[in-house]
Amino acid sequence: MTGPGLIALAAHWRRNPLQLFTLVAGLALATALWSGVQAVNMEARASYDAAAATVGEGRFDQLLPRVGDTIAQTQFIALRRAGWQVGPVLEGRIATAGGSLRIVGLDPLTSPGGMGPANRDGAVDLTRMLTDPPLFANAEVARRLEGLGGMTVVVTPDVAANTAITDIGHAQRLLDRPGAISRLIVARDQPLGRPPLEQIAPDLVVQPAQAGGDIGRLTDSFHLNLTAFGLLSFAVGIFIVHGAIGLAFEQRRGMVRTLRALGMPLRRLMALMMAELTVLAFVAGGIGMVLGYAIAGLLLPDVAATLEGLYGADIANTLRLRPEWWVSGMAIAFLGTALAAGGSLARISAMPLLETARAGSMVRGRRTRLALAGAAGLAVAGAGAAVWGQGMIMGFAVLACLLLGAALLLPPALETMLRAFQRRASGAKWQWFWADTRLQLPGLSLALMALLLAMAANVGVSTMVSSFRATFTAFLDQRLAAELYVTADTPSQAAALQAFVAPRAREVLPLLSVPRRMAGNEAELHGIRVGPTYRENWRFLAGDSALWDRVADGTAVIVNEQLARRAGLWLGDPLAVAPGLSLPIAGIFGDYGNPVGQAIVSDALFADLFPDRRATRFGLRTDDPDALRRDLTEVFGLDAGRIVDQAAIKSFSLGVFERTFTVTAALNVLTLAVAGFAILMSLLTLSAMRVPQLAPAWALGLTRRELGRLEVIRAMVLAAFTAAAALPLGLALAWMLLAVVNVAAFGWRLPMFLFPADYARLGLLTVLAALLAALWPAVRLARTPPEALLRVFAHER
Amino acid sequence: MLLQVTGLSKSHAGAAGPVAVLRAVDLAMEAGETVALTGESGSGKSTLLHLIGGLDVPDAGRILLDGQDIGAMDDAGRAALRRGTVGVVFQQFNLIPSLRVAANLEFQARLAGRLDPAQLDGLIDALGLRAHLHKYPEQLSGGQQQRVAIARTLAARPRLVLADEPTGNLDEATAANVLEALLTLVAQTGAGLMMVTHSSALAAHMGRRLHLRAGCLT
Ligand SMILES: Nc1ncnc2c1ncn2[C@@H]1O[C@H](COP(=O)(O)OP(=O)(O)O)[C@@H](O)[C@H]1O
Ligand SMILES: [Mg+2]
Repeated sequence: MTGPGLIALAAHWRRNPLQLFTLVAGLALATALWSGVQAVNMEARASYDAAAATVGEGRFDQLLPRVGDTIAQTQFIALRRAGWQVGPVLEGRIATAGGSLRIVGLDPLTSPGGMGPANRDGAVDLTRMLTDPPLFANAEVARRLEGLGGMTVVVTPDVAANTAITDIGHAQRLLDRPGAISRLIVARDQPLGRPPLEQIAPDLVVQPAQAGGDIGRLTDSFHLNLTAFGLLSFAVGIFIVHGAIGLAFEQRRGMVRTLRALGMPLRRLMALMMAELTVLAFVAGGIGMVLGYAIAGLLLPDVAATLEGLYGADIANTLRLRPEWWVSGMAIAFLGTALAAGGSLARISAMPLLETARAGSMVRGRRTRLALAGAAGLAVAGAGAAVWGQGMIMGFAVLACLLLGAALLLPPALETMLRAFQRRASGAKWQWFWADTRLQLPGLSLALMALLLAMAANVGVSTMVSSFRATFTAFLDQRLAAELYVTADTPSQAAALQAFVAPRAREVLPLLSVPRRMAGNEAELHGIRVGPTYRENWRFLAGDSALWDRVADGTAVIVNEQLARRAGLWLGDPLAVAPGLSLPIAGIFGDYGNPVGQAIVSDALFADLFPDRRATRFGLRTDDPDALRRDLTEVFGLDAGRIVDQAAIKSFSLGVFERTFTVTAALNVLTLAVAGFAILMSLLTLSAMRVPQLAPAWALGLTRRELGRLEVIRAMVLAAFTAAAALPLGLALAWMLLAVVNVAAFGWRLPMFLFPADYARLGLLTVLAALLAALWPAVRLARTPPEALLRVFAHER
Repeated sequence: MLLQVTGLSKSHAGAAGPVAVLRAVDLAMEAGETVALTGESGSGKSTLLHLIGGLDVPDAGRILLDGQDIGAMDDAGRAALRRGTVGVVFQQFNLIPSLRVAANLEFQARLAGRLDPAQLDGLIDALGLRAHLHKYPEQLSGGQQQRVAIARTLAARPRLVLADEPTGNLDEATAANVLEALLTLVAQTGAGLMMVTHSSALAAHMGRRLHLRAGCLT
């Protein structure tokens, strides 16, 4: 019984290869986009973990030399003798064929983190470390090292990109710096009563562990966006699959009825169909994973460059195939199939053996009512989530309801619009055109819903990204007001530097900061020198005009939006900036992209509160930055990295953003392409039913060429209507992302800007996609031989 | 002379090469004439009608309709011919499924740019369609659909009406009704009528009778 059943089921696909292709391609695309984005995310996260695990990336306090870049061996020994739990690190770079590499030398016995990532897998064999120490590096770095010859390399995937870890003695030989130490890592647990640092090693300074949390948190917003995009693309793909499965099952109703009439139990039949879908999901999922890998490979270089530029994260440039990625990708393929096929399977199982045919118009009316009811339900759920929900979950819940509800409403809305056009049409041809478009609507509505989602996502995300860019540019102008930024090596050099530039610069702006807990939050307290630069350039989200005078007096503090929102403070509320000192908040400023709360007081007050903190960074206002830079380089021997000009920072930051846009644009095009593909497949599926619908119009005097042209116009008109509907939806999406999700996730709100030219371009692209999708079916139609059209009227039919 | 066909030949693709369906057919018809076309199933009656109606192109021969040479026309020209000069009624599926009956009735006349509402109104009453104007074709019976198709054709006032077994799917009484309406209305508009039929009884109502056999008219 199973054999003949399977043959009957498979026969359908053999006779409808296009449907099979649509189904597999849709599912493969959905899986590909989702798993491609996931691969990028996983690769980035793995890189952050590797970076965090490589010692000295900010998890521990460190001791650095006050002058120069080397700590003497004797100082290390003195500290150890005094009870300080410190481990030596030597860092340097060596040249390889593929660019220079960072070598990190550690002492496996004394380093608080041991050998970092190399500790795992028991790879570190201490005796071996002492006799023939290997280098630990990821596969790509290992290849480069082997090119140098004479190295023992242990491939350890978790070591950060572009980095090799080894024993410090070995590193000293490799880098040709015998006895040298770059820095000392301070273990968290230190014996009580050890002598202070100044007493044993006065030439060393403490660099506290990074207060801002790990890099993973910084980049969360970026990954959140990518994930949201992947999910939307997936949804678009699932619409295609849903359409294909729905049609296939609809067309197989007769066969199902026959099989059951011939004695096949319903349960067996359902099991066979599920098995069939499982096989299809497996095949399509596999293809999708391969495609997804390719997509990720294309996206990764841009993503890596973006993350490196934005956050200084070193991302591996090559993909690794992770088992969890395979599992999640195949799982999403099966989940998608289940989502797309659930309704169809349920309908088949509920179908009575003797079914009477229903009139098409009745089905149409019922479908409209169902859509309206669904949309109403989603509206209620969305409103409920908005009223009772909280934060990010609420944002996403409302977003999901909004998008799904809008998709459900699209067909009835289009139907209403088409009816109005039909009523107003003059001329028989156009009246027929609109009526015929209405007839096509049910067959196209899933593809149009997919297009709506794709277009709305495009509008939403491009609004968000462009708003971010606009805000960011303005923010850079405000924050990077000084023409030059200089970093001194030591406080004493800083003092000399200050004396040197005072007569040469219009304004010298010392930049002071200290990590502090304020109002229950990890934050930073900054000290600045209030002057024309700040007064003229800074813009506030809230605050009065006299606030700079109050800050300069030391009677008020200003805070960034993050701190204000997290602590629930606003203008006038007191903030404890130091033990025993509370100041009222006089202003709140936007601080985009910064995960850390910030409070700012005058430099004078800062010096009172933290006398041991000396400024080593300065902003310099000058009319001739090039001359000043030259002087500074000559007199103080500062290298290029220590003097940065504002234009360079700005252009670099904006360059990073442009690369971010490259990623977004690539994803945009991909989702639109998937939606275009959905339209193409729907039109091809419909074209089989088109001939009988068009034959009468042809017999009455419309040419085939005209009919083909009308088919193209129809697709473009529907796409244009859909794009018009997607615009407000996309803007709503952008608003939710900017005003709700972003605030909940990162504590700051981005102002929303509108980009009409972008939207017009997107709309054009959408209509173009529809044109391309409709072209082939239309040409096929225009070439239908007259015999095929005449056969419609033949009685043999 | 309304229609003059000379040496018309047409073959269709068969399993073993082309099969000649019409072999040098000659035919002439005056305006206002009614002709019954009979012949066995597969003898080529529909093929002949399609060629005269500009729905298909002949392999050889000439068709002069109302002074126009159909053979010299391109696709657009033949489409214009179908809009304005001839009206074809098929055995079934004549109507445009997306349009209501009222819009279907007006369709051809409006395409031809000569809709006369008063005349159409008369046709609607004559064919008893008034009750169905707001329905879609799928909601009509076969006989009702054929009456709509006939009214639609006549509303466009063609010079020649070509009907391919218009009553083939109808019961006898309905068939007689539809034919009577068709003949009356053709007489009123002064158009020529060529109708394919299997029924000798119906053929007897027509002015002339042509029989198609082995690709030739007798
Ligand atoms: N498009 C076509 N392709 C191939 N053969 C055709 C085609 N149309 C008609 N025929 C064949 O041509 C012959 C005449 O068909 P037709 O004109 O429809 O006959 P009738 O209308 O007299 O029954 C038949 O043998 C039919 O099978
Ligand atoms: Mg026939």
